[in-house]
Amino acid sequence: MATATIIATSGQENVWNGGQSPVKASYGKLMMWFFLLSDAFSFSGLLITYGMIRYSHAAYSGTVDAFTFSNAYWPIPEKVFEAVPFLHGISLPLVFVGIMTFILIMSSVTMVLAVEAGQRMDKPAVEKWMLWTLIGGLTFLGCQAWEWSHFINGTDTATLGDVVVNGKWIKNFEIFGANLRFNQYGPPDFAALFFFITGFHGTHVLSGVVLNFIVYYNAFTGVYEKRGHYEMVEKVGLYWHFVDLVWVFVFTFFYLV
Amino acid sequence: MSSEENTNVQVIPANKEKIMHIWKVAGILTVLTAIEFIIAFTLGAGNLRTSIFIGMTIVKAYYIVGEFMHLKHEVKTLIWSILIPTIFIVWLVIALIYEGGAVFNARGW
Repeated sequence: MATATIIATSGQENVWNGGQSPVKASYGKLMMWFFLLSDAFSFSGLLITYGMIRYSHAAYSGTVDAFTFSNAYWPIPEKVFEAVPFLHGISLPLVFVGIMTFILIMSSVTMVLAVEAGQRMDKPAVEKWMLWTLIGGLTFLGCQAWEWSHFINGTDTATLGDVVVNGKWIKNFEIFGANLRFNQYGPPDFAALFFFITGFHGTHVLSGVVLNFIVYYNAFTGVYEKRGHYEMVEKVGLYWHFVDLVWVFVFTFFYLV
Repeated sequence: MSSEENTNVQVIPANKEKIMHIWKVAGILTVLTAIEFIIAFTLGAGNLRTSIFIGMTIVKAYYIVGEFMHLKHEVKTLIWSILIPTIFIVWLVIALIYEGGAVFNARGW
């Protein structure tokens, strides 16, 4: 009698009893999702720290045109990030970072197209779209290298500030660019957060490019075709979209707000 | 040898509708970024502009996670097990922004 009831109900509700996949995703895909969730916590830790430190400094209150770099208040991003390669001396606020955002979104699109081609077992299309994704990722990394180099070397005119160099307190020191101790743009924390947040994201892009290359190589040599499915493209695709997602947040909270 | 293997693989022809949908989402993301860009230079800094930016970022995140990462089309159990833990992020935002204001006041600048 009792056994009969159990058999009657088990068919309806207990997908968790084993023998089937309750979330209809493979082990690898599921673990990629949970890894990305934990990575989302790391990045929110960094971005929220930026918010907290920014709120603990004075905000700039004057007009945008009258803005000058100073230690006394947090800089406004459109005055810090206004340089574009090959256009020296021309003020183009946020243009370069806008181009970088567009490049990363586009490489995310080509990744979706690679995943879509993989689901159809279309080997040449997977190769084509993986190659575009690789090019997008490498272009973004190159842009970021230029952005860092410009940020570290600074603008033509220095900002005067009090700094400690080799253990000596120097007043009205000419500061060019930025390092982890002081910078010409604003409070020391501003540059430190720039290096940490865009650096941590750039490291993710770099490892994403390496993973994309491995997937491209395996697709090219026919490993996935022999395996009978292109699920690895989907798993690495999830990671690549996440890198794009993080950049959307970095773009808003570091460059726009 | 490889040509023999290739004959066994069935290549399914591309679904035009599916590919159009991918490009549509790409278009939405690009347009949203362009609008953010315009707002950054037309609207003065303040709570209104910050709220608009955060709202648009969440819309962009919805399209990336929902469509590109395909979460929208997964099983409900998976959707919720990814979304519910992000409550902790919301809590941390509120706690640390409040803390930042308190540090600012304590410094007396």
